[in-house]
Amino acid sequence: MNDGSGNGGSVNDDDGDGDGVRGGPGGSGGRSGDVPGGGSGEGAGGGSGGSVSGEGEPLRIPMPRASVEDTGRPLPELDAAESRAVPLVLEHRVLKALLGAWALAACSAAETAAVEEHLGECGACADEALRLRGAVGLLHPVEPLDLDPGLRTRVLSSSFDRRPPRIPVPVWAAPYDAESARLDALLQDIGDAEWHAPVRLRWFEGEGPTSRRTTVAGVIAHLLTVDGLVAAALGLGDPLTGETAKALTPASRTEAYWKSSHFPPTRSIRSPWREQTHNIVRTVSFTGGTTGKLAVSYGDFELPLHDAMLDRAFECWVHAGDIAEAVDYPYDPPSPRYLNRMIDLAARMLPVVLADRRRHGLASPGGGRHLVGVGEPGRSLRLEIEGHGGGEWLIALDSPGAVGSAEREVAHIALDGVEFCQLAAGHVSPEDAAAGQLGDREAIRDVLFATASLSRM
Amino acid sequence: MATKDAPPRWDRKMQQRLARGEAAALGELYDRFGSLVHSLAHRVLGDESAADGITREVFAHVWEHPDAYDPKQGPLRSWVAALTHRLAVRRLRATETAALAQGGQGSTEELERKVRRASVAARADYIVTSMPAPLRAALELAYFQRRDYRQTAVDLGVTEDEARRRLRLGLQLLSTAHDAGAPPGAGGGA
Repeated sequence: MNDGSGNGGSVNDDDGDGDGVRGGPGGSGGRSGDVPGGGSGEGAGGGSGGSVSGEGEPLRIPMPRASVEDTGRPLPELDAAESRAVPLVLEHRVLKALLGAWALAACSAAETAAVEEHLGECGACADEALRLRGAVGLLHPVEPLDLDPGLRTRVLSSSFDRRPPRIPVPVWAAPYDAESARLDALLQDIGDAEWHAPVRLRWFEGEGPTSRRTTVAGVIAHLLTVDGLVAAALGLGDPLTGETAKALTPASRTEAYWKSSHFPPTRSIRSPWREQTHNIVRTVSFTGGTTGKLAVSYGDFELPLHDAMLDRAFECWVHAGDIAEAVDYPYDPPSPRYLNRMIDLAARMLPVVLADRRRHGLASPGGGRHLVGVGEPGRSLRLEIEGHGGGEWLIALDSPGAVGSAEREVAHIALDGVEFCQLAAGHVSPEDAAAGQLGDREAIRDVLFATASLSRM
Repeated sequence: MATKDAPPRWDRKMQQRLARGEAAALGELYDRFGSLVHSLAHRVLGDESAADGITREVFAHVWEHPDAYDPKQGPLRSWVAALTHRLAVRRLRATETAALAQGGQGSTEELERKVRRASVAARADYIVTSMPAPLRAALELAYFQRRDYRQTAVDLGVTEDEARRRLRLGLQLLSTAHDAGAPPGAGGGA
């Protein structure tokens, strides 16, 4: 962009030297000032004192930038020579039409000279010239301003303090609302090319990590299709149509969507994704109290709507992190309040996942050795999450029906909240998770692997 | 860049949803205008936390008084921009006046000039983001890319006449930033 100086504050400068609009365009570069050919200098002088600004100070019409003499382009040489030799004679109508280009120093030298000559004679044009030159001083490079992602929450809560909403967003939908807004703000800032930056989606399957290559736009397509499971459960349109809509799991839906298009997704995917997130938040607000328990099918398992919304918030953050990494932007974890609920969801899902892995021979057969009735206290692992959003959870090890019990604690692990989420996202392997460990090693291994296997595409 | 032009229908529905007390609507309003409001406030006040404060104030005002906006008077975007402008300028004048009263440097005239300059700069920003895209593109080429009007014409695939016309018209629009009063479509009451 422009190299800056001299543009921003030059209009109506208050140091009162009457040079209000001096140095407007190109005050910084080598283009200001030395206009080739003495003729234009006189021309500029001819406009001085001819008009008066709103503040009553006489303003001198400044020298324009010479047009392109420092760009190496061929245009001005001939014109400049001509202007010295034979002044251009143009009629008022033509000169007037040139005023905008003149103010921006975007005319040939001959035209510049002709305009300036004219300004000495024509009061109307001189007035307009002054006005337009002043306007040029108002142009300035757009400074990209990063909006604090936390501001949205603060804006909303201070508004709701003043007037409580009659139709609030349910608490369990708030993390999804906030995370989709954060991701959207990131997408707002990235350029066209960055939408095609490669992203590797990573997750954990069975005993080990796996991954799939896509692009930034492909990640948003993935979020669109999987959020579509929630949309479909709410009776909103499914982004997948026809044959592709038969795919049921997050991964198969995503693959079906990617395949169904002849072209890789572009930034145009942002708007349907964002619209769907807005529609989901809006719909659950209306049906809030009653739909929280509605089951959302993920193909091979189900989650109640309020957990599915938390899960989608979590996925939104995880993939926003993938995107941010791909385009080299910073991206913070969710607010502690929301992070805590995401960790809580994972902790609540662990007993089911443990049982499932046990059935598939992927976890030690704890349940066989330690039968526990439904609702009874069972052997437990204490999960201590440190940092913002942390807390303590007792994970029942032997049966999804058992209740976590401090008396029957057999192991204790401690790790940072974000680290735990990275593990649950499949971005950190269970072997590498930085966890303080105490007690039954088998139980600890099972829980760490079960946490990693919560991840999916 | 400008926000995509929203159909008036969106404006009307948004107002109805706000009036109904739908929290999700305020979230969507923020998603659409939050960065506009914040950048205008920042342009006037030149301070991050003051701009945050104005942003909170603007959205709280719209939330509390959704009926203050009349879709017949123009787009919601202009109304929100005008409201932001007014609140931000009022805040700037108040802080500067307080500083002066505390024995700060300067005179009342300087204060007024400073307020006016900030106000004009913010109005100019708004005009640039709101002007028709072809005018903005022409200014962008001629000013930031330093193309002359003939090159601008080639770049835009228009006649030289048209390029001259766009540059002049763009600057004419921009020069209205100096005029007293609020940007076009003003009318939001605070």
